[in-house]
Amino acid sequence: MTLMNEPLNRNENRKKYCRFKKNGIKYIDYKDANFLLKFVNDQGKILPRRITGTSIKFQKKVALAVKRARHLGLLPYVTDSLK
Amino acid sequence: MELKNYETVFILTPVLSEAQMKDAVEKFKKVLTDNKAEIVHEENWGLRKLAYPIEHKSTGFYNLIEFKATPQSIAALELEYRRDEKVMRFLTVALDKHAVAYNEKRRRGEFNKKPEAKEEQAA
Repeated sequence: MTLMNEPLNRNENRKKYCRFKKNGIKYIDYKDANFLLKFVNDQGKILPRRITGTSIKFQKKVALAVKRARHLGLLPYVTDSLK
Repeated sequence: MELKNYETVFILTPVLSEAQMKDAVEKFKKVLTDNKAEIVHEENWGLRKLAYPIEHKSTGFYNLIEFKATPQSIAALELEYRRDEKVMRFLTVALDKHAVAYNEKRRRGEFNKKPEAKEEQAA
């Protein structure tokens, strides 16, 4: 038995990455509400970059797509339980 | 006059009959063709549930038209939307080259799985 603590959360030091850069996705479709669900929390708020790891270039596009989807009634503006 | 790529989605009220809905779509297509627009693609998503009520309705007929037109004709189209009380919501966006490529792919393969499948591997 060592006195060192076991690392509790191994996911913690996994590096975040931008899924759009990694997968070469160039365009984010505002019509695909199911995909956009990955970038909002269960109240329907857009998740910050520090959680999703999206690069600034694509975060702006994600935000625009979510806002367009909201306008068209594909995503809610406010809600209690989305997921 | 140079044509730009656009895409427009509009939501018609659910009180219309199927035929009235088709008529309305034809009307907007006519507005576009009268303005010398080229219709690339159209899609009818049918009666869909809205994420929140619009004009006290919880459903609506979604329609999508992809077209090439002059920037001036967009004003004419949106004026028609505003005048028509059957239209609950509309959105017209200009498409960049990535969007055009994406839409072409979507039309050809109906690849709705593709972006999601990639995500699952990544997650």
